[in-house]
Amino acid sequence: MTAIPLEHVLILACILFSIGFFGVIVRKNTLFMLMSLEVMLNAVGVAFIGAGSVWQQADGQVMFVLILTLAAAEVAVGLALLIRLQQRFKSLDIDCLSQLKG
Amino acid sequence: MLLSFLPFYPLISFLLIILLKKQLSWWQTSVLSVGAMLLCAITSLVLFNALNQAPDGVITSHLWRWFSLSDGDSFVSVNFSFYLDALSAVMICVVSCVGFLIHLFAAVYMKEDENFGRFMAYMNLFIVAMLILVLADNLVLLYLGWEGVGLCSFLLIGFWYQEKANVLAARKAFIVTRIGDTSMAIGLFMLFNALGSVNIVDVSELASAQWQLGNNDAYWICLLLLGGAVGKSAQLPLQTWLPDAMAGPTPVSALIHAATMVTAGVYLIARMNGLFILSPQVMNYVAWIGAITLLLAGISALVQTDIKRVLAYSTMSQIGYMMLGLGAGAWSAGIFHLMTHAFFKALLFLTAGAVIYALHHQQNVFKMGGVLKRLPFESSLFIIGLICLMALPGTSGFFSKEAIIGQLWSSATAGQALWWCAILGAFLTSVYSCRLFFIAFLGQERFSHPVTNLSNKGLKASLITLALLSLVGGFLVPDLSGVFVNTTQGVNNVVEPKWLHSVAIATPIVGIVFSWFYFSQYRSAEPNIYQQAQLKENQNPIVRYCFSGLGFDHLYELVFIKPFVFIARLNKRDVVDQCIMSITWYVGLWRDILVYSQNGLMRWYAAAFAIGLVCFIGGWLL
Repeated sequence: MTAIPLEHVLILACILFSIGFFGVIVRKNTLFMLMSLEVMLNAVGVAFIGAGSVWQQADGQVMFVLILTLAAAEVAVGLALLIRLQQRFKSLDIDCLSQLKG
Repeated sequence: MLLSFLPFYPLISFLLIILLKKQLSWWQTSVLSVGAMLLCAITSLVLFNALNQAPDGVITSHLWRWFSLSDGDSFVSVNFSFYLDALSAVMICVVSCVGFLIHLFAAVYMKEDENFGRFMAYMNLFIVAMLILVLADNLVLLYLGWEGVGLCSFLLIGFWYQEKANVLAARKAFIVTRIGDTSMAIGLFMLFNALGSVNIVDVSELASAQWQLGNNDAYWICLLLLGGAVGKSAQLPLQTWLPDAMAGPTPVSALIHAATMVTAGVYLIARMNGLFILSPQVMNYVAWIGAITLLLAGISALVQTDIKRVLAYSTMSQIGYMMLGLGAGAWSAGIFHLMTHAFFKALLFLTAGAVIYALHHQQNVFKMGGVLKRLPFESSLFIIGLICLMALPGTSGFFSKEAIIGQLWSSATAGQALWWCAILGAFLTSVYSCRLFFIAFLGQERFSHPVTNLSNKGLKASLITLALLSLVGGFLVPDLSGVFVNTTQGVNNVVEPKWLHSVAIATPIVGIVFSWFYFSQYRSAEPNIYQQAQLKENQNPIVRYCFSGLGFDHLYELVFIKPFVFIARLNKRDVVDQCIMSITWYVGLWRDILVYSQNGLMRWYAAAFAIGLVCFIGGWLL
């Protein structure tokens, strides 16, 4: 089995991260924003795993498990907020939440 | 010890009345304010007597240190302390005795006014300020009193503030005297700068020790102080406020604008005599200002129709005499005239007030007439006041005015020309007094309403006391030799002609005889003559010119007010203001930018966050 070079892994991670970030910025729908956030988190996870396998260290895997946990917690909170948003504004548009503008 | 209490009697009364104005009845207010003045008068007389036993003829009283001034490395403390010598003793006696009598009169005169409490409170406050002015041992405290009397004058001229004319008169008085006060303040700064002291006694000693005769510093300081005196005493360049100040209630005109406050300028010059004699040039200016003012005011008084304005112009002219005396180095005579003038001018104003009251606030002399028959009591007192004003032999005005005139001829800083001015002024005085008397008091009645007699005992008592003081005041010569430095050095060795004194004594009588014939139509009994006479006077341009106070108001309007208003219009959008507003514009701009960035949109924040991070990391990597 030929080892995948680290550069490829990092390029993939960067592409995924950019897609996710672009999604967060562009989408108005809060649900899609949460999904884009997941993509960003997983892009970081890919980078960790890649780095862990190159250096033959378990730390990369450990970090990924932590990120996974964080993502689960974040989604739980995010979805709860999402439901409240839907109840309050009858819409999932994130720009409804702009009462704090100057 | 007694000295330190003196200004506090009226101060306490002022505070009580102003705080409890609503609760106090007329009776309580009167007792408070007049009682405080009575205490003041008694204390002043006691102090005047105590001065004879005092070691150096001086009583001082140190209350507290007000503040300290730094003069380079040493500190000069400005104290709240009083200094009583023969000069200030005469002044406190005049202020508190005449003040007491006028308060007594005012308590009756103003009884019906709804703001009686406020009136009496201001009158008391005026006395406080005047006493501080007179008793101050340093020039800063004197300046406090000086501004205090100016404030009270403003408040009392505009006492009936619902009428626009009164408010305008008050404003005019305040602004015009402010010009003089500014000049005086600059003079005080220069004085402190030059001598490093503000204490009156120290200043006089230091000045005579350090400066030669005709010193340049002394010249400028005296000139600036003279500016202050001219403003307060309504002398030539700044005299326009006094006739308008008659808008105030009559007791105010009597107390402030005749007897006491307007003589503050005379007091200032007399107090600073040690400085003024170092600059004979300024003494000469003082004399000329006094002489010209007394002539101008006398001419204006000749054609006035308002009884109070006649008296106002006559006040200006009498203060001109005092200035003339001071300028000639006749210090004691000037102060003596100040004292007698306070008595008889207060009497004249108060009786005029009583007459005006009796005739239902009619002030136009052409609409009076025959008052002598209807109000014999007031009229006879008015006659006493007038003969003192004219300085007929035996009256108080005679002694003081002759004392001034007698010293003019041979004085180094005055001279023959000023002597002739004074004689001409005396002639004018008796002519306008006679005209006033003939028009208002003789002839036939020209008023329709029945007279209302003021038959109050307190009022009559105060009038009679003032009349007595006016008559015998000439014998109460104050001994001021200790205060004033001997001025014989300045006397020219001119041989006085023998006719000098006889001419001075005869002038008022000549004036009376002249007016007896010249104004004979006013003595006649036909009312329509008055209407014709008034009409004729109104049409005569010279008379109208004199009536307006020789056009000074018009001149000032043209020279100062019009250009000032023009510039103000031109600069409507204030240039300086625009500069300052540019700062707020700049701040506002940044505010707008920050507000725009704070748009409340999550996604923008996230983008800004990312851009910031990229910039940060990029900068770090590079």
